Amino acid sequence: MLPRIIGKQDGHMQTVFSIAVDALAYGMVLFVISIGLSVTMGLMRVVNLAHGAFAMIGGYIASYAARDMGLGYGIALMIAVFGTIVIAIPIERLLYRRIYGAPELTQVLMTIGITFCVIGIANYVFGPTLKTIPLPTGLQGSVDLGFRSIATHRLFAILCGLAVAAALWYAIEKTAFGVKLRAAVDNAAMAAALGVRTEIVYAVSFAVAVGLAALGGVVGAELLPVEPYYALRYMVTFLVVVSVGGAGSIPGTLVACLLLGGIDTAGRYLVPEFGEFFFYLAVIAIVCVFPRGLAGRTR
Amino acid sequence: MKRTILAALAALAMSGAAEADTIKIGVIGPFSGPFALQGKNFKAGIDAYMALNGSKVGDDDVEVIYRDVPQADPAQSKALAQELVVKEGVQYLAGFYFTPDAMAVTPLLEQGNVPLVVMNAATSAIVTKSPLVVRTSFTLWQTSTPIAKVAKDAGVSKIISVVSDYGPGVDAENAFKKAYEAAGGEIVEAVRIPLATNDFSPIMQRVKDSGAQGVFAFLPSGPTTLGFVKAYNENGLKDAGIKLFAPGDLTQESDLPALGEAALGLQTTFHYAVSHDSPENKTFVEAAGKAIGNPAELSFPAVGAYDGMHVIYKMIEATGGEQDAQKAVDAVKGLSWTSPRGPVSIDPESRHIIQNIYLREVAKTADGSYYNKEIQTFEKQGDPGLAALK
Repeated sequence: MLPRIIGKQDGHMQTVFSIAVDALAYGMVLFVISIGLSVTMGLMRVVNLAHGAFAMIGGYIASYAARDMGLGYGIALMIAVFGTIVIAIPIERLLYRRIYGAPELTQVLMTIGITFCVIGIANYVFGPTLKTIPLPTGLQGSVDLGFRSIATHRLFAILCGLAVAAALWYAIEKTAFGVKLRAAVDNAAMAAALGVRTEIVYAVSFAVAVGLAALGGVVGAELLPVEPYYALRYMVTFLVVVSVGGAGSIPGTLVACLLLGGIDTAGRYLVPEFGEFFFYLAVIAIVCVFPRGLAGRTR
Repeated sequence: MKRTILAALAALAMSGAAEADTIKIGVIGPFSGPFALQGKNFKAGIDAYMALNGSKVGDDDVEVIYRDVPQADPAQSKALAQELVVKEGVQYLAGFYFTPDAMAVTPLLEQGNVPLVVMNAATSAIVTKSPLVVRTSFTLWQTSTPIAKVAKDAGVSKIISVVSDYGPGVDAENAFKKAYEAAGGEIVEAVRIPLATNDFSPIMQRVKDSGAQGVFAFLPSGPTTLGFVKAYNENGLKDAGIKLFAPGDLTQESDLPALGEAALGLQTTFHYAVSHDSPENKTFVEAAGKAIGNPAELSFPAVGAYDGMHVIYKMIEATGGEQDAQKAVDAVKGLSWTSPRGPVSIDPESRHIIQNIYLREVAKTADGSYYNKEIQTFEKQGDPGLAALK
């Protein structure tokens, strides 16, 4: 912390910077969790309301691995991501496969049902109390930015978000798999006729989306703590991010997260009495102007 | 023909016996959903009381019937209470975690001839809604008033208040403000934040910028509490010497394992700590811990329910099992006993519980678990909220 000898003008600048840093950190946590949902909704055209449930499963696995088994944070993170994918594979084969291309209402009913099942199981197995994922010493404490301090794990979340954004963009835009995925999404029948194994493409994309959910659940656990109702509690926020960003668009989701994070954070600092008024006002305005989201594609 | 008559007689005899001997208590609370833990605590407190005191009062058997209202839902609560009174024939209504649920039921009491024993809902006004309401929990006015004195005594004279924007939060803010200003302190700012807040960093920045020496906070226990306490530490408020004052909701026993190191040293005021050192509490914790399964999940609604059962047993004793709501309530006015939380009594005027409020500090035991250590007692606290209503 700087001593308060700075003038009023500097004080204002400091507030602006402060809000910007908080907004960036919050936005990136939202991004890490929501991007998987954007992939399932935009690329696979599944309204996956169970996305929060997968993030929660990741959080629980990491918490169990790190707290109860005493494993390191990095290892717990890996186990959480792969463990969640392993759990999701049979769910994809048995349940999700039936709803690809189904009407949206069917998808909503099926995935909300899965969510409630996961909530019930989590409540039964782990109990209703909050679970934490102990941070390694390197991520504990805070870093001094000169004009204010910021928690180290938030910096870590920001870096994770950037890494995820870059890796996904590369995978979808620059690799052969990305080409097949885009082809399968745009016209599954034609892609299959050209020799693309669409089933495998879908299964892999689903696994990646679920893995990203788990990653977000673990990295974001300091902000959105793991408990059985996690699966529903934050789902609205994730869905808002995806619909504002445009389902399936990585830059769109990123911009939406930063924008909404900024509005939410600024609103909370300046006029907390208004609650989430400005957040949803912005959402309504954006969706009015861009019905398919900021970077949504026309079908 | 003979057989039919015999059967009819037998049925009559059996139903007659059941009516005379079983006294039913209807308990409404959140037994599923996000607040299931609180309902579980109700049940643990009730089970513990019945395990220790038997399920009979005089010759009458006591039967508890549970009804689930997962989230605050006054209409649902009222419908279930009506069903309990009319169809199940309960003589007593009890439970109620949320204020609106309890409020919705009060108009039924007189007509149904049933007393209502509130085991949690903590808004002052409930007891004024019907003369048949008795409360064995606490109010936010009761738990938030003493912390103002603690803050002033700690030499903090400028405070910013941060509460969740809903009934209990507003109650906490008003209670603290009144007591703190009476003690000569100054509230520099009063901020109300939405219940669904996830990120508390901007709030902490605002606290810093307000120039206050301390922050008074109230948030419902659960995920928000964890986020708030962590943000308080991570944004350097703790290191900057800005003190945190709060009612005990911020350091609930069920949240302490998750809060861990972050909560160490936090001071809160509350009516009950699981660690309270008394033989009565030891017996209670053992029985209720067994009833709930995992003793780490035990917290304050259990003691509210336990004492609620005590009051109901006394009511049944006084009425001899007859259904007479007014007589039952009159019988417990001024009743005093030693609860697991310490000495308590029912205020004859307000029918609210008079009890000790404790200042506690989060401390660490030798085996590394965290608990609320009681360090100061404010004896025989009534409900200042009722005076404020007038």
